Amino acid sequence: MKKLLALTTALTAVGFAAQADVTVMSWGGDYTLSQVEAYHKPFTAATGTAVISVDSDNPAPAVKAMVEAGNVTVDVADVEYADAVRLCDEGMLEPIDASVLLPAPDGTPASEDFLPGALTECAVSTIVFSTVFAYDTTKFPEGPTTIADFFDLEKFPGKRGMRKGAKANLEMALMADGVPAAQVYATLETPEGQDRAFAMLDKIKAETIWWEAGAQPPQLLADGEVAMTTAYNGRIFGAAVGEGKPFATVWDGQVYEYDLFVIPKGAPNAEAALEFVKFATSTQALADQAKWISYGPARLSSGPLVGMYKDGKTEMAPFMPTAEANLGNALSSSYEFWVDRDAELNERFQAWLVQ
Amino acid sequence: MAEVADTMLKTSDGRPLKEALATAQARAKRRAFLLVMPLLAFVLLTFLIPIGYMLKRSFEHDGFSGSAPALVAWFEANDDFDPADPPEAAYAALVDDLARMQAERTTGLAGARINYSVPGTISMFKAGARAAKNLQPPFKEALVALDENWSRPALWRAMESASNIYTTEFYLVAADRKLTDDGWARGGDKERIYLYLFVKTFVISGVITVLCLLLAFPIAHLLATLPMAKSSLLMILVLLPFWTSLLVRTTSWMVLLQEQGVVNNLLVAMGLVSDDGRLTMMYNLTGTIVAMTHVLLPFMILPLYSVMRVIPPSYARAARSLGATSWTTFRRVYLPQTMPGIAAGSLLVFILAVGYYITPALVGGADGQLISNLIAFHMSKSNWSLAAAIAAMLLLSILLLYWLYDRLVGIDRLKLG
Repeated sequence: MKKLLALTTALTAVGFAAQADVTVMSWGGDYTLSQVEAYHKPFTAATGTAVISVDSDNPAPAVKAMVEAGNVTVDVADVEYADAVRLCDEGMLEPIDASVLLPAPDGTPASEDFLPGALTECAVSTIVFSTVFAYDTTKFPEGPTTIADFFDLEKFPGKRGMRKGAKANLEMALMADGVPAAQVYATLETPEGQDRAFAMLDKIKAETIWWEAGAQPPQLLADGEVAMTTAYNGRIFGAAVGEGKPFATVWDGQVYEYDLFVIPKGAPNAEAALEFVKFATSTQALADQAKWISYGPARLSSGPLVGMYKDGKTEMAPFMPTAEANLGNALSSSYEFWVDRDAELNERFQAWLVQ
Repeated sequence: MAEVADTMLKTSDGRPLKEALATAQARAKRRAFLLVMPLLAFVLLTFLIPIGYMLKRSFEHDGFSGSAPALVAWFEANDDFDPADPPEAAYAALVDDLARMQAERTTGLAGARINYSVPGTISMFKAGARAAKNLQPPFKEALVALDENWSRPALWRAMESASNIYTTEFYLVAADRKLTDDGWARGGDKERIYLYLFVKTFVISGVITVLCLLLAFPIAHLLATLPMAKSSLLMILVLLPFWTSLLVRTTSWMVLLQEQGVVNNLLVAMGLVSDDGRLTMMYNLTGTIVAMTHVLLPFMILPLYSVMRVIPPSYARAARSLGATSWTTFRRVYLPQTMPGIAAGSLLVFILAVGYYITPALVGGADGQLISNLIAFHMSKSNWSLAAAIAAMLLLSILLLYWLYDRLVGIDRLKLG
């Protein structure tokens, strides 16, 4: 009996220890790697709490499924802006009070230190990432320079790669069709604007391979399956600068937005999760992440701390979506638009895809 | 009759044999039932309950009805209202509900529910709920001033429909209908997709079944007639891919079929196609059909083999000796005897193909998508009810097919091995 008691106590202890871990769900590949290096490892070193990393093509649907099923196994998830807002509205996330977030080193409160719009009721932004297009420089020595070139099969023949979904594709299509960035969403609100975007996509549909996971586009480029592809800018940076692949990024027509940390409602370790989010969104952690991937930190105070890439010789600043030179013709993704139109336009996109 | 009773057999302790037998049999049955209990419980817990729960979502959704009690009550009392011009009382109930949604944080749930039928309404609900507390009557004017879409007939139709927890809306959408200001109507050409994909899925599954049959028949025949040593080697070749993970097999097809892949490289090396004219065999329908045929082939070979193995070769010999040509022998003697295997294999392959997901998702590109990919899409785009409705339709059509099969061929003729 004593033995049994000891055993159960030991098991419970193990159980508790295991429960104190924080499970973080993110997008995999270079991006998860950058988070592990900049957030997870330092967090574990500072607090002793282990961080378990789980990957997904997009964590938002997984969070929704878990909360609906009442079986939440992740404590923190990394989601896009529109998804963060929608999940929050549907009561699926724990609210995060901005006042508990760590202030900047000079004492500026978090609410003033984060970029405009980077803090929402339930989510804290970590980085600014961008959907850009990239090409294989061995195929196009005099490469494409504008977003219109991406849709020009005559001038730049070859297969294209695009994310299988409406978001960012429709915006890029409109910008390629000559719509100024400032009017993209106003145009996309109207049926005529939507037709215009789809008509643009029609031009390259037959030559397009559709990707789903962020790690796919660099792979498709490397395999020679596509000559040009849209991609998350950090993934192309990782392949080009980190692995020396002959890829070049075209910033014209980029669509940038925040990525945010959220805590699902009913997270098994909500308290530890909040500690993790506080730690990961501190000025230093955000600046450190930029050492591993070319995504811009969402805090003003992190900017000056961003230095070299992990190779120790590449200056990160020019590769950030928010670098002055890259913002010439850039669009800030509108979450208001996508919260409303996501279902409708994705359905139309799917219908268009199979027709 | 009395005589019969007297002659009735009895056990040694005097009970009628019949009764004793019945007791013994009942006990045996109970024991047998206990043996299958774990399986029954397993099937119930892991299969029937989750599927039932999922299917329930296809006609039940309380996102709106649960968060708008005032409107629900109003719709109940006024079921003959005119959606084109709802009275002030309806708007008052709406404003009341919007304020409640804001307080209870259910705006997103209610908005998402209405958004399924009338796109673009989530933000209306959010803006409306934020403002609701400060709105002054007349509420119609107040709401329309916020957003003119508040008076749209389609929106009122959607709210009325959503005020009932049970709905057929998701089935209507899955049948390519769309809610307009005048009620449900056929969707535009650019939006119709589901019925088309249903038909396409069934046609492609049929093609794959036929391909499997054509490929499997000779292999199964060889397996059944070769000497033991050779046939077991061949059998291993059939079973090896069967034992390999589906994902591995599909990705190996990707390695083979892609533009810079093995097959294309071979063709280019042999000079059959030029380097610029490499064939596109993946990310399209071809990829889906090739990979799925390969993946499903064992499901055709094994039932065929099990039937062919027990067909006595003497029948064919007898036919030949009686003067039949080899073709007649095959057509009139051998083929009919393999029918149970063909039927079983075809049914198995077809039903598996209809619900296939991973292979088309990986190698199908745009035009190689099947209906199951759309179900997955709606699961991930958080419209579970629509996904459930499409899944229910798929399930129903397969049951229908099964029933037809039973009527035409007879399920008892099925032989799985």
